[in-house]
Amino acid sequence: MILPVELKELTFVAGGRVILDRVSAQIGAGPSTVILGANGAGKSVLMRLMHGLLAPANGQVRWASANTERKQAMVFQRPVLLRRSALANVTYALKLARVPRAERERVALEALDSVGLAPFASRPARVLSGGEQQRLALARAWALHPEVLFLDEPTASLDPTATREIERVIQAFDAAGTKIIMATHNLGQARRLGDEVLFLHQGRLVEHAGVEQFFSKPASPEASAFIKGELPWV
Amino acid sequence: MQGIGDALGGALRLIASGDPVLGGIVLLSLAVSLSAVVLATLLGLPLGAALAVGRFPGRHAVIVLLNALMGLPPVVVGLFVYLLLSRAGPLGELGLLFTPPAMVIAQTILILPIIAALCRQAVEDAWAEYEEQLRSLGASGFNAALTLVWDIRFSLLTAVLAGLGRASAEVGAVMIVGGNIDGVTRVMTTTIALETSKGDLPLALSLGIVLILLVIAINATAAVIQDAAQRRYG
Amino acid sequence: MGVIVGILLACVLVGSAHAQQRYITVASTTSTEQSGLFKHLLPQFEKKTGIQVRVVALGTGQALDMGRRGDADVVFVHARPLEERFLAEGFGVKRQDVMYNDFVLIGPKSDPAKVRGGKDALEAFRKVRSARAPFVSRGDRSGTHFAELEIWQAAGIDIAKDKGPWYRDTGQGMGPALNTAVGMNAYILSDRGTWLSFKNRGDLAVLVEGDKRLFNQYGIMLVNPAKHPNVKQALGQAFIDWIVAPEGQNAIASYKVNGEQLFFPNAE
Repeated sequence: MILPVELKELTFVAGGRVILDRVSAQIGAGPSTVILGANGAGKSVLMRLMHGLLAPANGQVRWASANTERKQAMVFQRPVLLRRSALANVTYALKLARVPRAERERVALEALDSVGLAPFASRPARVLSGGEQQRLALARAWALHPEVLFLDEPTASLDPTATREIERVIQAFDAAGTKIIMATHNLGQARRLGDEVLFLHQGRLVEHAGVEQFFSKPASPEASAFIKGELPWV
Repeated sequence: MQGIGDALGGALRLIASGDPVLGGIVLLSLAVSLSAVVLATLLGLPLGAALAVGRFPGRHAVIVLLNALMGLPPVVVGLFVYLLLSRAGPLGELGLLFTPPAMVIAQTILILPIIAALCRQAVEDAWAEYEEQLRSLGASGFNAALTLVWDIRFSLLTAVLAGLGRASAEVGAVMIVGGNIDGVTRVMTTTIALETSKGDLPLALSLGIVLILLVIAINATAAVIQDAAQRRYG
Repeated sequence: MGVIVGILLACVLVGSAHAQQRYITVASTTSTEQSGLFKHLLPQFEKKTGIQVRVVALGTGQALDMGRRGDADVVFVHARPLEERFLAEGFGVKRQDVMYNDFVLIGPKSDPAKVRGGKDALEAFRKVRSARAPFVSRGDRSGTHFAELEIWQAAGIDIAKDKGPWYRDTGQGMGPALNTAVGMNAYILSDRGTWLSFKNRGDLAVLVEGDKRLFNQYGIMLVNPAKHPNVKQALGQAFIDWIVAPEGQNAIASYKVNGEQLFFPNAE
């Protein structure tokens, strides 16, 4: 078990600007975590620091167990797929995870099935629609049976129908026990999918609360302004 | 203008004649240049990919040097290889001078920088798109680069065709290391040079047109393959 | 992909097939090759002995250098002083006369230097210089180049000092130099053989011929196996023996272009 993860005074600087400013929090297993904030608040950078794609300028990311290899997966806003069949994209990830060759196809098909893409297994991944591609990216992440699934604005590029499909898949993974950590600026989505909220404002962690608490009684003026900005009738 | 028309007619007559001597020269030209392309591709693609994703001190200088080597003068390469393979030189024992393998070696050296440099650029551009996802899945630097090379293989075809164009067009290198020996190392370009120096300009021009038609045919075939693959893999 | 690998293999096989066949490498000159002599001569030798003769055609200086490096088994050139030096340096075994042909002074039909019909090469060269008429030199350390330089010297002209813009030093083989001369409508010293088979004559014609000084002697030497053990001594000597024997000599005499004999055998 690699959770809970502790963020200690995480700081990230780029181009002379402070993108993240001493973010500290503890994130445990169980509730799905939504990282909320305006564009440029530092959500993507925070996720990448946790996933290990970036190194902090200061501070640390401390997982409960040192060996986090292959226990995390990440899905990006735009799915990056190889010029191969849908199935081959998943088996490629399984190969990297050193899943034995004999099992790869079976596990991959199961993953495709879990997102409803089994009929498209031999289709070239790049000819799939935006929503289908994102589902494929999710299936690929799911096939690795990660403990933590990072999602960086996974539906920001999709239409409402596709968005609903993706949210359904995410909820299914959540129900199956995978820890969801998702960045979004879509408040409705945050409410639908999240159990707890980390609210970032200009690189600082301003609030960390349960989702209902956050939306009904935001503790900070920045959070209030943000919610009102997105939902002015609240 | 009339000269070109005559030469075009001459070229078609040459092709239609089925002259075995010309046929032998054409086959040797293809064998030498295609072999050089295959070798330069096998060496150049990994080299370009490694340079694209690797980070080491002096990397920028190496890239500049590689780009500059695209302009290696064929006659200089020929001279260099001649001095290597001459009996008086370090590799004289191999007895390769004035044989087709020597010509393949010289042309491989000539076009290796072209293929490697163009591959480096293409992979570096694609790396910006693929890097995070590949690293998230656990693909390590060089392996990820090779996966990328395979994924953008149809774009790399252009680099390979550039190498083929350079190889089949050059005369300086093959003339020096091959010796333009009748029936042994005489290729299209050296034959054109010979006929020009004998003053038989119409024949030289016709042979030149045959060579150009040949290269056009190869490029057209490559374009068809590229199109079909693009449609298939997206 | 398979097609490509197949072609690669074919090339390797072709390469090694050539390696299996018995052959010698002869360094000779571009003028000799371009005269077409080898295409006429070599098949006869090959048919008789089964030995393939691979000719690499360069300027005389380069051909002898090839012999010095051991990249040729036999050298067959036409510049006596250079050949003697080659022998003296120990790179050749024995020098033998093979044949001779002659040089001719080519020039524009308009003949600004007024040399046409003369029988004296030295006088012709003096006239060209006086007229400052364009003159193309091979400038490539070839037999022809050395013959040209000897004529200037014998005519009392220090061409290195005396050359002006009229003297075009091109550094090329006979054919390319002729192309250049045609392009410039210039005078040029050429061997008769190359001129007879040269097709791009433009406005040029033979203006001076027949002077004994325009005589061009060919010699053949085996590269010294003591200096280069890789030299194919037996095969190379077989070629030399054949070319100086009546059979080779007759083959040389029988080579004609437009009915004219190009080379005159004179081996002892």
